[in-house]
Amino acid sequence: MTASAIGRAMPRPEARRLVAGGGRYLDDHAERGELQACFLRSPLPHARFALDVAAAKTLPGVEAVLTASDLAAVCRPWRTESRSFPGLVSPRQAPLAEGRATWQGEPVAMVLAATRAIAEDAAEAILAEWEELPAVTAPEAALVPGAPPVHPGSETNRAWGATIGGGDPDAAFAAAALVVEERLVFTRHTGVPLEPRGALATWEPGTGALTVRLSHQMPHQMRLHLAEQLGLPVNRVRVICSDVGGGFGIKMHVYQDEMAVAAAARLLGRPVRWVSDRMEALLADIHAREHVVTARMAVDAEGRILGFDLHDLQGLGAYSVYPRSSTVEAISVVRSIGAPYRFAHGRARVDSVLQNKVATGQYRAVGAPVGCAVTERLVDKAARARGEDPLAFRARNLLRTAEMPWVNPFGAAQHGMDHHAVLETAKALIDLPALQAEIEAGRAAGRLLGLGLAFTVEYTASGPAVYGAGHVAVAATDTVVATLEPTGEISAQASITEIGQGITQGLAQVLADAVGVAPEAVRVGAGDTQAAPHGGGAWASRGAAIGGEAAWGAGRALRAQLLEAAGALLQAAPDSLDIREGVVTDAAGAARMTLAELGTLMLFRGHEMPKGVTPGLSATFHYRREQDVTLANNGLQAALVEIDGETGLVRVLRHWMVGDCGRVLNPLLVDGQYRGGVAQGIGEALLEACRYDAESGQFLSGTLADYLLPMATDIPDIALAHVEVPYAGSAVGAKGAGESGTCGAPAAILNAVNDALLAAGGGVVTELPIHPVAVLRALGRLA
Amino acid sequence: MTPARFAYARPTTLEEALGILARGGEEAAPLAGGQSLMPMMAMRVARPALLVDLNRVAGLDAIALEGGVLRIGAMARHAAVLAHPLVAAEAPLLPRALEEVAHPAIRNRGTLGGSLALADPAAELPACMVALDATIVLASAGGERRVPAADFFQGLYATARRSDELLLRVEIPRAAGWTPWFAEVARRRGDYALAGLAVMARCTAGRIVEARLGFCGVEAAPRRLPAVEAALVAGEDAASRLPALLEPLGSAEAPAGYRLHLAQVLLRRATEALHAAA
Ligand SMILES: Cc1cc2nc3c(=O)[nH]c(=O)nc-3n(C[C@H](O)[C@H](O)[C@H](O)COP(=O)(O)OP(=O)(O)OC[C@H]3O[C@@H](n4cnc5c(N)ncnc54)[C@H](O)[C@@H]3O)c2cc1C
Repeated sequence: MTASAIGRAMPRPEARRLVAGGGRYLDDHAERGELQACFLRSPLPHARFALDVAAAKTLPGVEAVLTASDLAAVCRPWRTESRSFPGLVSPRQAPLAEGRATWQGEPVAMVLAATRAIAEDAAEAILAEWEELPAVTAPEAALVPGAPPVHPGSETNRAWGATIGGGDPDAAFAAAALVVEERLVFTRHTGVPLEPRGALATWEPGTGALTVRLSHQMPHQMRLHLAEQLGLPVNRVRVICSDVGGGFGIKMHVYQDEMAVAAAARLLGRPVRWVSDRMEALLADIHAREHVVTARMAVDAEGRILGFDLHDLQGLGAYSVYPRSSTVEAISVVRSIGAPYRFAHGRARVDSVLQNKVATGQYRAVGAPVGCAVTERLVDKAARARGEDPLAFRARNLLRTAEMPWVNPFGAAQHGMDHHAVLETAKALIDLPALQAEIEAGRAAGRLLGLGLAFTVEYTASGPAVYGAGHVAVAATDTVVATLEPTGEISAQASITEIGQGITQGLAQVLADAVGVAPEAVRVGAGDTQAAPHGGGAWASRGAAIGGEAAWGAGRALRAQLLEAAGALLQAAPDSLDIREGVVTDAAGAARMTLAELGTLMLFRGHEMPKGVTPGLSATFHYRREQDVTLANNGLQAALVEIDGETGLVRVLRHWMVGDCGRVLNPLLVDGQYRGGVAQGIGEALLEACRYDAESGQFLSGTLADYLLPMATDIPDIALAHVEVPYAGSAVGAKGAGESGTCGAPAAILNAVNDALLAAGGGVVTELPIHPVAVLRALGRLA
Repeated sequence: MTPARFAYARPTTLEEALGILARGGEEAAPLAGGQSLMPMMAMRVARPALLVDLNRVAGLDAIALEGGVLRIGAMARHAAVLAHPLVAAEAPLLPRALEEVAHPAIRNRGTLGGSLALADPAAELPACMVALDATIVLASAGGERRVPAADFFQGLYATARRSDELLLRVEIPRAAGWTPWFAEVARRRGDYALAGLAVMARCTAGRIVEARLGFCGVEAAPRRLPAVEAALVAGEDAASRLPALLEPLGSAEAPAGYRLHLAQVLLRRATEALHAAA
């Protein structure tokens, strides 16, 4: 047998190309005769406006200045609706706001000009009269009686709400030996992909066809929305996502900007290009994770968790993001509460409120970091209240594999996870006794050191029911088409998309094993709806778990076809043959013919093929998981931090992560995802915040000097270890890996900082990101 | 993020540059490393009608010791100043502070003159010039003008420079027997300081006998604080004087009270270190 390609730590050629500057991102493509777009955006969080574009239109080089009514002629409005969120209040949206802007940064006019600089000049030359309206920005302010309505005329700013749970939480809390409670505040942050969003749209009037290059995670989804909004047959719309410089969930939504670009191209009959600059990106990309969670946890006298009771106040922004709905994030928070642990009673009340801010939406790990931080903070607090080692408290409460499948009171399904294996692996990785001795010694010398832990459960690889049940047009099934080239290589097209995470390499390794060729002989393409089959794209850490199954299925189907053809040629039963390293062999491994010979015969010398042999060179497999709504992955993260007690600054000294993402397709890819995820989690814990002025509602984090991303010097060594419990319900057995780093790092750091603060006799911090002022206040060193 | 329209001139001599600048009036801006000006133009926060590029003017980046005075040309890049042996010998405060200025790529382009002319309240070099008691030498078509650093920085992005003047160089007096101290607090390495402190102290027989200091990131502009310097010399608790003296800036990520606190922390750290070194 040849060594399996699945699981091999193979560097990917694409990484070499991208690192060497060979990437072709959206802005690297140009269309002849294209116009450059620039948006005039609302400078106020809420305002009525009137525009006079006459002067702007006369600037040399300006082709058009478009407002809402211009684009209304070619683009229908859209509205976020989901049967999963009955009664959701989210008004209709059009590419440009008409008469009233509901958030700072909302596009109100669009200039098309020969250059971006001219377009910006013209945007400045638009005479805009702004009448400021009262605005709501803080989520707590949205539901206060008498709060100004985010959308005038609506009765409440509550966009959606629900109570989710099971068991008998009141009885559980009444009977509890210990109740711990905390109010945790999560400040908005955003994804900041290296390549910003953008669109380049070309209308071909002869055929009535629209081609749109996008920097986006799901080309097929966007193709549908573009067709629907512009009233075009879907097969006349082509979306191409070439190299995409990161997404993190920022690029999975329908934004006004991209829709306006397509509509303008249709209207003007000229190619239109718009690439977001960094200031637009910070202002108008979705933000995420604005929550105020008040939660309590009941524990019995033996230290067993009885249940959770919480309220989650979630800030949605001015609209619930299209098409998935921002409320999904609150559901993700609730599903993550207590997830690694055994508990029988739960109640979560959710209020998702509208605000005069850009919409929040699904960003890497969605609500899981919030739910994880709430849970792990309460768990630490309970352990401390009991005078118990926090790991011992956790170990007692962790679900055992034998108890699964298990559905907790919040409806979250747990299956196939071995938390205790993760715990044992982590103990070995971290060497806790040595670390604890080091912390003790450091503390004795006056250092403020803290260790924090966080067990994670994250629901990945969402199945068809997740959005399907809401009748939201999001594909959770995926397809791979695999083709034998006449020279013996395998080419494939996948509906999973490549956004820099390297999944096409992972799929190539799966295809290699499925067909029986060397992984170097496989190339997988993705991202162009004209070539790639239907499917969901990149979201929910689904590339390996869902795309990998589609690749396996396509590879096996192709292999069966090739063996049938080879069998007919060799006068052997197909099941007496095998394909190894690109060679058709007999059962004993003796070579009979190469795939290149077979491909050449099938394609160029078909007349030599025996009569009646039908198999072709391509096979398609459409993978639809029938069981398990999501595939939960799990892990443990630990952080060692040091606080400067005088400045309040926190440094992460070391970070550990043990993860189980099922079958690892390529450890280099998974390790990269884990480390990158942890880095984003460190940003979330310590640095990144979208801040708004409390009085004016003005956005204050509009440049990368104000929005603090973690930099290389802020990221410590991250030690990784894997537990590999393959998902039993699929052929390859992968679960999601892309978001779990982000899921647990904030919680681990929050607990580590509080460990250090409490050891120093201080109070705790309860707000993310952890600001040095809050740290100093907790230490009683700043008023 | 593209600049508004501007005209561009690239003189090769100082005389030519000063002439263009004089004709350009308030609407003209010198371009040095461009590390601050270009982003400000891209954001259209700065919109000069005419850019006078100094990068081809010969001789503006010299670093030399003349008559015991260290002269650093306005166009000397941060990286060059950081690495120059004369600077290390004569003004060791500067390399210490420059390590905290931005990142290597930015230091390769950014210049001393650009930093001083810009007068960002959080920039390290203006505070250093105040502590070093440097003289800023300006030139216009009418001749040279010398301004002590303590008078040069006048407020948020405001200096004594007239629009027809160029920064030519700084002159730093010899400071034999003085000990430099610099530290700053920033959320991330290379960021502008939330608070920074540059101190020059002359120590004899285990005590500070003379001190000059300048904060950055705390107030609108660095300035000498005679009462604090006197307290340092008197061996009193200088940090406790700061709340009454400083008018700290506030921002979303760094409220005024926090900056004041950091100023006190830095001054205590400086005092301790200087006493230990004395
Ligand atoms: C990411 C980043 C981080 C940074 N971090 C820091 C930091 O931590 N600390 C810090 O101090 N700086 C920092 N900077 C700024 C950097 O040091 C700049 O280079 C410096 O402030 C300006 O120098 P410059 O040569 O680039 O000037 P320019 O950007 O070319 O010009 C700045 C201003 O000075 C004027 N000017 C320039 N030269 C002259 C002259 N000879 N005479 C008269 N006027 C002149 C220009 O007209 C302009 O108004 C950072 C910059 C970036 C991009």
